[in-house]
Amino acid sequence: MADAPVVVLGHVRRSFGSVVALADLSLEVPAGSVTVLLGPNGAGKTTALRVITGALAPEAGSVSVFGISPSGPDGEHVRLRCGVVSAKPALYDRLTGFDNLRFAAELWNLDPKTAPITESAARFGIDDSLSLRVGSYSTGMKTRLALARAILPNPDLLLLDEPTSGLDPESSQAVLALIDELAESGKTVLMCTHLLMEAEGLADQVVMLEGGSDVVSGTPGELVSRYWPQPQVILDAEDRSALDGLAALAGVVNVVRNGGGAVVDLDDLARIPDLVAHLVAGGSRVTRVTPHEPTLEELYLTVRSRRAAP
Amino acid sequence: MNVKRMMAIARSDLRQLWQSPDFWGPMVVLAGFFFVIAPVVLLFAVSHAGTEGMVQKVAATLDILPAKAQHALKGSTPGDRTAYALAVYLFAPLAVIVPMTISTAVGANAVVGEREKGTGEFLAQSPASEREIYMGKIIASLLPGYVTTLVGFGIYSLVVNIMLGPRVGGWFFPTRDWWVLMLWVVPPFLALTLSVVLRLSARVRSAAAAQQASGLVTLPLIMVAYGQSSGALFGAVTAGLVLGVVAWVLAIIGLQRGARAVTRARLLGVDNSA
Repeated sequence: MADAPVVVLGHVRRSFGSVVALADLSLEVPAGSVTVLLGPNGAGKTTALRVITGALAPEAGSVSVFGISPSGPDGEHVRLRCGVVSAKPALYDRLTGFDNLRFAAELWNLDPKTAPITESAARFGIDDSLSLRVGSYSTGMKTRLALARAILPNPDLLLLDEPTSGLDPESSQAVLALIDELAESGKTVLMCTHLLMEAEGLADQVVMLEGGSDVVSGTPGELVSRYWPQPQVILDAEDRSALDGLAALAGVVNVVRNGGGAVVDLDDLARIPDLVAHLVAGGSRVTRVTPHEPTLEELYLTVRSRRAAP
Repeated sequence: MNVKRMMAIARSDLRQLWQSPDFWGPMVVLAGFFFVIAPVVLLFAVSHAGTEGMVQKVAATLDILPAKAQHALKGSTPGDRTAYALAVYLFAPLAVIVPMTISTAVGANAVVGEREKGTGEFLAQSPASEREIYMGKIIASLLPGYVTTLVGFGIYSLVVNIMLGPRVGGWFFPTRDWWVLMLWVVPPFLALTLSVVLRLSARVRSAAAAQQASGLVTLPLIMVAYGQSSGALFGAVTAGLVLGVVAWVLAIIGLQRGARAVTRARLLGVDNSA
């Protein structure tokens, strides 16, 4: 992952009448990374993308994309390097898939005769349907066509707003795999989602939004160590009363008992064999030993619950 | 301004229009009625009136024409002169009403339609400038009305020449005044009207509201165009040329001002006032 940020937002504010969509958003998107904007509906994710492309100008704060202000006079140069998939595919239903892509090629200054229209569509498995009107496409086909349109000009920055919205699980997985592939090829990807499973395994960086502001950001690893500074292991035994003694062992920071056994905070994961040995020595049959790696969902819920706490 | 991009927007809109026979079908019927059916029926009726008295009565109404126009009338009988007058003067306003009606219907949907379909998001986030989008929409709205009118005008010319030509000394239509009207006066009136219509389309919240508002706002413009185009035909060629100059100046001012109405925020439907 390179260091130079492609997108830099500093204390951006944008409202619509009395509705504040972005209150104070700051974020950086490093080049060649996948950054995921997480947040509930209405958190300001879509507005953030629109500000980044220059479709909306910020009321306050600074926006720089490739070192250019996207809502300024040179904004065209930003948009020429961006591929966008909006929450709704934004396709022309009366046109064929091919005509939709050709139109995009023309807007992005590509020669429609030589633009890789069929190749882009083939990458998302939609090339066989290019001659059909988009109005006859399924939701999944439309999303794939929108993705094909986004990558058509070979953009340096891909902005994806809920790219799997309305898709069945198989199509979602396929789309996410393709996004992963694009990121592997060096594209910078900024993806909005409220589906945490989507971001799992895909994100190099997570920015959590709430009320139009960034509340937490960092790599998944950084965030996990910030919210779970101690490594954890989940232990269970046939005789669960034996788990009560774990708190007194060396290296154990905290023990929380729940219906599935005990969640044990440790100073080091290397303590796990000692814990297991202790339980076995006490005559317990150990039924579960699982080092716990928090998911983004847990992270999200933890951040939100801590912020909601008085 | 990137002309290729502007034309791409216009082509895309025209392609969509072409794919919508439910929209352009009635427009073709409208043009067909005004340029073919109505003239044929009227000219046939005047040319084949059963009683001499009736033709005399209709011919008497020619006295209201300006002297210059009266001198220009061709034909040896009152019936022929009446038919000639109808062909050259009566249908002039149609050349204005038909394109304005069609183009207004297309233009009213131009911006608000993008917003309603969700494609405004795509345009707003594309490299196209707001001016390129605006001019692309103007062209896509102007061409259907103007081309339909030119085709209708061509057919109308054939009809009147075939029906009346042999009786007034040969093919006579279009006259010089009509050429000026069609090529010099109608386009700027159309552009001026569309500059108003697109401003409305950018500001209203639904396509239905855009159609309603456009109809109301452009009605006075149509009436002015109607009157002025008739006057241009009754006057000399220079009158048409002067009228055209005035219309072009107004159209350019209207287009300049109208361009400011089409913004990315409005394409997204999140105007500040929302």
